[in-house]
Amino acid sequence: MSIKREDAENIARLAKLQISDDQIEKITGDLSNILDLVDQLQAVNTDNIEPMAHPTDAVQRLRSDQVTEANHREAYQKIAPATEEGLYLVPKVIE
Amino acid sequence: MHNKTVAELSKGLATGEFSSVELTQHFLNRIAKQDPGLNSFITVCEDEALAEAKAADEKIAAGESSEWTGVPFAHKDIFCTQGIKTSCASKMLDNFIPPYDATVTSNFKQQGAVCLGKTNMDEFAMGSSNESSYYGRVVNPWGENLVPGGSSGGSAAAVAARLTPAATATDTGGSIRQPAALCGVTGLKPTYGRVSRYGMIAFASSLDQGGPIARTAEDAAMMLNVMASYDSKDSTCIEKDVPNYTATLNNSIEGLNIGLPKEFFSDQLDAQMQQQVMNAVEELRKLGANIKEISLPHTELSVPAYYVIAPAECSANLSRFDGVRYGYRCEDPKDLEDLYCRSRTEGFGDEVKRRIMVGAYALSAGYYDAYYRKAQQVRRLIKNDFTNAFNDVDLIVGPTSPTPAFGFNSKGDDPVKMYLEDIFTISTNLAGLPGMSIPAGMVNNLPIGLQLIGNYFDEARLLNVSHQFQQATDWHTKAPNGYE
Repeated sequence: MSIKREDAENIARLAKLQISDDQIEKITGDLSNILDLVDQLQAVNTDNIEPMAHPTDAVQRLRSDQVTEANHREAYQKIAPATEEGLYLVPKVIE
Repeated sequence: MHNKTVAELSKGLATGEFSSVELTQHFLNRIAKQDPGLNSFITVCEDEALAEAKAADEKIAAGESSEWTGVPFAHKDIFCTQGIKTSCASKMLDNFIPPYDATVTSNFKQQGAVCLGKTNMDEFAMGSSNESSYYGRVVNPWGENLVPGGSSGGSAAAVAARLTPAATATDTGGSIRQPAALCGVTGLKPTYGRVSRYGMIAFASSLDQGGPIARTAEDAAMMLNVMASYDSKDSTCIEKDVPNYTATLNNSIEGLNIGLPKEFFSDQLDAQMQQQVMNAVEELRKLGANIKEISLPHTELSVPAYYVIAPAECSANLSRFDGVRYGYRCEDPKDLEDLYCRSRTEGFGDEVKRRIMVGAYALSAGYYDAYYRKAQQVRRLIKNDFTNAFNDVDLIVGPTSPTPAFGFNSKGDDPVKMYLEDIFTISTNLAGLPGMSIPAGMVNNLPIGLQLIGNYFDEARLLNVSHQFQQATDWHTKAPNGYE
């Protein structure tokens, strides 16, 4: 399945990536080739086949609702690009 | 000392033939001398390793050691190591010093093993040639123009070049087995859920699994004894007793039923490869195994199913890299959207971006059923093929990769060509089964791998058969020129 330049731009927007003008053609082509490869799946009859979410069909384990983790805020914020008074800093969101 | 196996080093340390400090210094010297030409390490932990070695020597002297105490090894740079940079070979994590250890990391620490450093890999484990690392490509010790395979190419190259006796690795679509095959070493991808993934940087969560790369099956068994554990911190980790994988290595394989899937011996397989694999199968027959042809009819669909599922899961997993809490952040973002977009655009390499975009597309509104759901249905068909096969045979055997190591840039500009490199390994990940690659011959003076696929939690059998094969052959002892 071939996709158009606008599709590639839209996917990039969804994925929060920027594609420069000189790369967009190459990326559109690459994505089209990959989608051609995966389109082989469409020819397979999968009527009544349950999608496989886990190799051994294991389900999520539950645990008792108890606090087991200590507070690591300082250690975790030490490696952050920008923090202040225990908060992560980002550019202003609301004027 | 570098030609000794983990088992031999462990004995040498216990009997006082050498100390861990001597041993560690020997490997550090070797890395300093040989690795500039290979680039198999991203970080060498010289000071930390010598401190660990000193502590190990004290433990051994006090009689408190285990078989791993003082034995050097290396970690793929995907396992978090507290206080030591863990980059996943990405600019995104070039500044990332984990505040915690992966469970696999702490398992080795508890045993007193000595971590020499962190090995190079494809960026975020996405690749089959180790050409996508932010830190530059890894060279295969068997030839300076050849790829080591990927994504665990640094681990495989370092073990092959005798820069470390063993290394951890991870396998999402073949990333332990294919580089092990291309570098002439032994690698095992355990059953999905056997090894904890806590602190192992995620790529595709329903496929990722950690495992060992070493020179022998015995050493891989010793590695797995440490790596496999039940871990409440990983909700996908299976709660099941861990057997002693070295205890059954010497069992006879007389009467073992081995299946050869006819789909693994198709036109895609190089004729010389085919010959070498059949010679290896003949060795197994001589050891008493019964060989029969089987069919895994959906093999061809494993690559397309994988290239929906893995990118979809990668696009979800890698959405955590937003420039806010850790990792790379762009300069002077003008607003929050700009912070997200430019941090990700500047921090990720091309192949990673490509896969994130494929995944975002497959999961986007209107396409989910056609791609992700469809791929998960085909995945069950692939798993059912294996379930049927294991009604008839105990073990499946075939080639690990279609060819021996190939040249840099030889797959050109087309990502699809590279994806087909994993045709024989991917189905095992989709089914969640354990798979192993062992050196089993040479083509054009390059090592090739024999792949063994077992039923769920049958790692001990894979290791047993591989060990018996290695007792009867010497392919696993061959060293690349200049690294003996």
